[in-house]
Amino acid sequence: MAHNCIYSAADFKSDQQVKWCPGCGDHAVLSSMTAALAKISSEDCVPREKFTVVSGIGCSSRFPYYVKSYGFHGIHGRAAAIATGVKVANPDLNVWVATGDGDSLAIGGNHFIHAVRRNVDLTMMLFNNEIYGLTKGQYSPTTKLGKITKTSPFGTIEKPFKPGELAIGAGGTFFARSIDAEVALTTELLVSAARHRGMAVVEALVNCVIFNDKTHNNFAGDKAIRAENTILLKHGEPMIFGANRDKGLVFDGEQLRVVKIGESRGDGSQSIVTEQDILIHDAHTTNPMVHFLLAGMSWPDYPVALGIIRQVEAPSYDSEVHRQVAEQMAGTKIADIDDLLNSGATWTVAKS
Amino acid sequence: MDTQNIKQISDVVVRFSGDSGDGMQLVGTLFSDAAAVEGNGISTFPDFPSEIRAPQGTVAGVSGFQVHLGAAKMTTPGDGCDTLVAMNPAALKANYKALKPDSTIILDADTLTEKEFRKAGFSTDDPIAELGLTEYNIISPAITSLTREALSDLGLDIKSATKCKNMFALGLCFYLYNKPLEHTFDYIERKFAKKNPAIAQANVRALKAGYNFGANTHAFANTYNIKAAVLEPGTYRMINGNQATAWGFIAASQKSGHPLFCGSYPITPATVILEELAKRRDLGVVTVQAEDEIAGICTSIGAAFAGSFAVTTTSGPGLSLKSEAMGLAVMTELPLVVVDVQRGGPSTGLPTKTEQSDLLQALFGRNGEAPMVVIAASTPSDCFHYAFWAGKIALERMTPVILLTDGFIANGSEPWHIPQMSDYPVIKPPVVKNIEGDYFCYDRDPEAYARTWAIPGTPDLEHRIGGLEKDRRKGSVSHDPHNHHTMTELRAEKVARVADMIPRQGVVGAPEGDLLVVGWGGTRGHLQGAVDRMRAEGKRVSHCHFNWIDPLPRGVEEIFSKFRQIVVCELNMGQFAGYLRMNFPQFDYKQYNKVQGLPFTVDELVSHFNTLI
Ligand code: SF4
Repeated sequence: MAHNCIYSAADFKSDQQVKWCPGCGDHAVLSSMTAALAKISSEDCVPREKFTVVSGIGCSSRFPYYVKSYGFHGIHGRAAAIATGVKVANPDLNVWVATGDGDSLAIGGNHFIHAVRRNVDLTMMLFNNEIYGLTKGQYSPTTKLGKITKTSPFGTIEKPFKPGELAIGAGGTFFARSIDAEVALTTELLVSAARHRGMAVVEALVNCVIFNDKTHNNFAGDKAIRAENTILLKHGEPMIFGANRDKGLVFDGEQLRVVKIGESRGDGSQSIVTEQDILIHDAHTTNPMVHFLLAGMSWPDYPVALGIIRQVEAPSYDSEVHRQVAEQMAGTKIADIDDLLNSGATWTVAKS
Repeated sequence: MDTQNIKQISDVVVRFSGDSGDGMQLVGTLFSDAAAVEGNGISTFPDFPSEIRAPQGTVAGVSGFQVHLGAAKMTTPGDGCDTLVAMNPAALKANYKALKPDSTIILDADTLTEKEFRKAGFSTDDPIAELGLTEYNIISPAITSLTREALSDLGLDIKSATKCKNMFALGLCFYLYNKPLEHTFDYIERKFAKKNPAIAQANVRALKAGYNFGANTHAFANTYNIKAAVLEPGTYRMINGNQATAWGFIAASQKSGHPLFCGSYPITPATVILEELAKRRDLGVVTVQAEDEIAGICTSIGAAFAGSFAVTTTSGPGLSLKSEAMGLAVMTELPLVVVDVQRGGPSTGLPTKTEQSDLLQALFGRNGEAPMVVIAASTPSDCFHYAFWAGKIALERMTPVILLTDGFIANGSEPWHIPQMSDYPVIKPPVVKNIEGDYFCYDRDPEAYARTWAIPGTPDLEHRIGGLEKDRRKGSVSHDPHNHHTMTELRAEKVARVADMIPRQGVVGAPEGDLLVVGWGGTRGHLQGAVDRMRAEGKRVSHCHFNWIDPLPRGVEEIFSKFRQIVVCELNMGQFAGYLRMNFPQFDYKQYNKVQGLPFTVDELVSHFNTLI
């Protein structure tokens, strides 16, 4: 069938009423995603019926209902496992996963790390609002230490996960981060993630207006705050940030440090920092060390890293499975079930 | 051949036993295979501890393999054994209770040492007397040293040479039962000749040495011959239940045109199904060894959504972990087969032992009203048939299906008349490719109640499904109270209507009588054996065995009503009996239950049934 692959974002909006709270960060990511789907389908000629969105449970996991594509709303924590099955069974599909910090880092933590480890060709949008929204405000594995929530009335006593550290630690091949308000950036990152062959995790820092309002505001509250407190990483470019682009990151062999261009390095030496001293972002190096440190940077000691932190090539699990299938099918004497049943030691009972 | 007397016998039970590392499962299998190829009826019962190498020489570490061979089809591996091969005193201690009167014990004389007696927990240095076995026919060649001697010029290290002692024992048994060695030579050739010719040669040598020892020393007063069984003409092979299950799925996949996908996690005693499927990339089979049981079923549900014939395999503890996801398959109405190879429970229970105690979990162990089709296979080879049918039902009726087998039939093997796939029916899932107007994914077939299956990638049929309750037609999320009630009824009715595609319940023996022996699943052979024996004695006993559990087949009440008494026999505390009371409360059910991790014995069944009539 000939396909008209020219779609607009509107073509990916389902007829379902979107039921997130007004002001919820998920709305913005939905806009980014439908824009990303339109771009991929148009530019790469992927017809709409090839897209499948899989989710778990939580506010963000309602995502599939709002996207006009094939969709599967799973059970809590299992989105990555279900999506793995979809992709391996039908590698032709363009498979997306919508999941949250509770869904993929608590109850589904095991599936998350293993999907990453296997490098299944999935595009995962990991909505991180650092809270359980759908169950009304309990702390999650990414909630800041000490935060008072309904289930931590005296403050949490658990050190939070950083999804990027987890993904990179599990051998992830693609990790990027965006903020709900940065719709264009999110769109761009989702497009890159979808084009990555392998598991791509895009962490979207989203606001839960009801149960964890402004949790990201210290570094993400508005454009000016973001300019000073986040860094947009681009492969091959120096890690410079700040409204005046006068701050940057250097690597001292052990850790990253924030420096100001034109000022002393602050490492005891007399040298003055110049632009040449600033670390160049290499998203493509297989060595995960700097990526890990970048993913782990948190406010106020560091700017929060946005953009593609890691993007390396490796065979995807689904393509490897089907490579083996093709090889085995080509080299076998067993062409069908009858051959199989009659293989090995058999004997014949003759008519008596 | 020598001049010794060869006695004709109708059947015999041989048990091989030794340390877990002694290779008893292998020689048991080779003995069975050789006898099967020679035309005997065969039924086997591997029985091993859950530890891979429990402490050497201890009773806990004993691994056994029992085989029943005869001049007819063998329905059970036999209650007691006629010949016991015991590779050490611990093996003797673990198995002596299974000895029939007059049986022969082959015991490795090299292991009759104080050290071994202590490890096996004997308090004296005379295990034969201590166990009261002096009346038995005991043959104790020095198996270990004779094996080493036979291999002395091959330059093997002592450990590798000693390992071949199982072949010596096997050779001796081949001599005792007049079976040719060639089948085993072929096996050794296939297995080792390329990889390790020295080991291949050593195994052949040890096998011959055992055989010759029997012939030259006149170790036995008689040897025995068991005639070939009269079997339907055709091609046969040995098959165990797990292998048959795996192959049944491949058959269903081929007949449906939907590729087979198995997401699974290793668990005893189900793992072999995954292993068998993993080998079959050449038939397009995709296996994912998942990170846990939940991922096993969830990858399969994803694959079912994406258009595969999806299965997942497990045992009791894994079934518990899969419960929530089974509910998801019920709600999304996707084709999926979940195999539960039952083992002793609860919790970790008895991983390598058999039981039928997951029945109620299979029927009811999910949150909400979540009916699934439940089927139980009953012999090693019929696992193929029921796996095929589980696939056919799942795919055509768009429903998850549980296939129950158990450790006994999963590990046991028997000769199997290989079917031809042209004799099996096609499988036609309700796949939609295009539709006039809007597509509603929960529109149903008016007869079967199966919803349609629009596979992602199909243009214009984009839709969304999931675990939330669905609008009865559109499939969109619905919280409407009446819709929920209706959907609950529809899902139940869809399962109930599977009764239209399964055969009526049958009965073996006369259609009326004094006692109806009712069972289900893997106890078929033993129950049939008991009923056959009683009928031969003129008793009015019949056997009614269930493979179709939910829905139950038609015709059950008619059968039940013709018997004075009904006794429901199962390897649990009465789960099927309770289920029958729920479905057919008009009858009175007696129970016979056993939870020892072991199959029934025909003897115990017969003596119990005799107390009832
Ligand atoms: S509760 Fe929070 S996360 Fe959920 S929809 Fe409302 S704002 Fe969004």
